[in-house]
Amino acid sequence: MEYLIHIAILVSIYSILGLSLNLVVGEAGLLSVTHAAFYGIGAYATALLLTESGMNFFLAMLIGMVITGAIALLIGAVLSRFDGDFYALGSLGFNVIVFSILLNWQSLTNGPLGIPGIARPSLFGFSFESNTSFLTLSLVLLALVWGICTLITRSSFGRVLHAIREDEQAIQVFGYTTTYYKLVIFVLSAMLAAVAGALFASYITFIDPSSFTVNESIFMLSIIILGGLASHRGAVLGAAFLIILPEALRFAGFPTDVAAQMRQVTYGAILILLMLYRPQGLLGEYRL
Amino acid sequence: MSLLETKKLVKKFGGVRAVDHVDVRFEAGMLTGLIGPNGSGKTTLINTLTGLLPMDGGTVVVSDNVALHAVRPTSIATYGLTRTFQSVRLFEQMSVLDNLLVVLTERNVWGALFERHGKYHLDTAEDILKKVGLWEKHHELAGTLSYGQRKLLEIARAVSMRARVYFFDEPFAGLFPEMRKVVSAILHELRENGAAVVLVEHDMDLIRSLADYCYVLDSGTVIAEGAPEAVLKQANVIDAYLGK
Ligand SMILES: Nc1ncnc2c1ncn2[C@@H]1O[C@H](COP(=O)(O)OP(=O)(O)OP(=O)(O)O)[C@@H](O)[C@H]1O
Ligand SMILES: [Mg+2]
Repeated sequence: MEYLIHIAILVSIYSILGLSLNLVVGEAGLLSVTHAAFYGIGAYATALLLTESGMNFFLAMLIGMVITGAIALLIGAVLSRFDGDFYALGSLGFNVIVFSILLNWQSLTNGPLGIPGIARPSLFGFSFESNTSFLTLSLVLLALVWGICTLITRSSFGRVLHAIREDEQAIQVFGYTTTYYKLVIFVLSAMLAAVAGALFASYITFIDPSSFTVNESIFMLSIIILGGLASHRGAVLGAAFLIILPEALRFAGFPTDVAAQMRQVTYGAILILLMLYRPQGLLGEYRL
Repeated sequence: MSLLETKKLVKKFGGVRAVDHVDVRFEAGMLTGLIGPNGSGKTTLINTLTGLLPMDGGTVVVSDNVALHAVRPTSIATYGLTRTFQSVRLFEQMSVLDNLLVVLTERNVWGALFERHGKYHLDTAEDILKKVGLWEKHHELAGTLSYGQRKLLEIARAVSMRARVYFFDEPFAGLFPEMRKVVSAILHELRENGAAVVLVEHDMDLIRSLADYCYVLDSGTVIAEGAPEAVLKQANVIDAYLGK
């Protein structure tokens, strides 16, 4: 049971990552390969605030979101001038930079040794120490993020994102300064990724840079491509599928290290099969 | 009154001047034909005027009072310009209705984030879609429409802009006769309402019946201008079309 709760918590965290990444990739059609950087910045900001000042988790998470948003604003100001392949490559570059900062700015991040002893959240004297209560918290935050994503995609703003995805130059001609739209959705998406980062840090109670590599960004992309771009349900389905799959492989009798490697191969194989047979993903309707 | 005017406008592709010191004027309440053989620079002129291509020289004057030496695509709507594309550019994976709503709603980023389209937007979109006979299809994706329907939807999108100057780049090409009637009626109505309507068209009968004035382009230069009847009789115009 404890094990199932553990899996469910991970699925919730990755669902938040999928939902938020979908805003940029699925809705606006911008192939961002830097989501793990914001996940990481959110995790580190929350972890440092918690361990250094002992402030409340929720306050730390909110401050972490603001910090992540500010950094995303700087990165997005550069990225939003690009589209297509340049956007993908540029964003990948930023992930690499953020990762090496997390790794090398030892005085702040403690480098490769990471940050141990991160406290579990508590609110009004109630502690989310047990995994069951932590799962509840994760699900509540997932629901909130889902709601925010729904509001965004159903607004006039969301429709403009779709038009940017379809033909950015055409929608510019109708009076939209698309750079601002791309920048705002990039920042919002990063701030929501920081929520996942905060959850992750206080759930595992330890973080190090290895959780926030380009590989991790690609894993998040796989989640939404598998589940279906621009589909909220798809993001959750994709997260569940890709988190549970390697566990299932383990249960199928493969030793842990083989399962870990099979996991990489399976992601690759799934992506290739999808591109061949269902490029819009399981639940999605759109193609990039 | 002139709503848009160019002075010695130049657009080069490498060494080739696709638009070569062009002077044209588009007047309120007039339908101006833009004709010329294939490759004469009609689309390039429109693309330059709407900021899709950077201009390489000359001036664009909006409403007799704003002189521009560069046009950005994002600002043409504020100058009251709108257009269709010769190569039909719809938002393919969006519904027919959304293709119109997106040009009717809030432009400001924060405004748009906290706005959902209202009844007013829906009613306007419905009116315009009914005019082009696409209301029944409003839930379908634009990408699933037939070629003619796609052209009509593009025209509807331009009309939704309530612009002052409309560029229609071959709106009749590939349309069935009944659709052509719909398009003619729309162009007429825009003109009656005081807009400057610019029409690129290869069918000279249409130009004769619709245009008040026309410019003939050849190799990027204006070789003739005036009332269509007179212009189409000129020897140099006939030569240009025959490729002499
Ligand atoms: N993006 C481009 N790059 C290079 N050359 C171009 C480009 N677009 C157009 N041209 C060239 O500029 C010239 C004018 O082309 P344009 O498309 O404006 O002609 P047009 O009058 O619209 O022709 P048509 O009646 O066939 O639509 C042509 O020689 C064309 O090959
Ligand atoms: Mg053309």
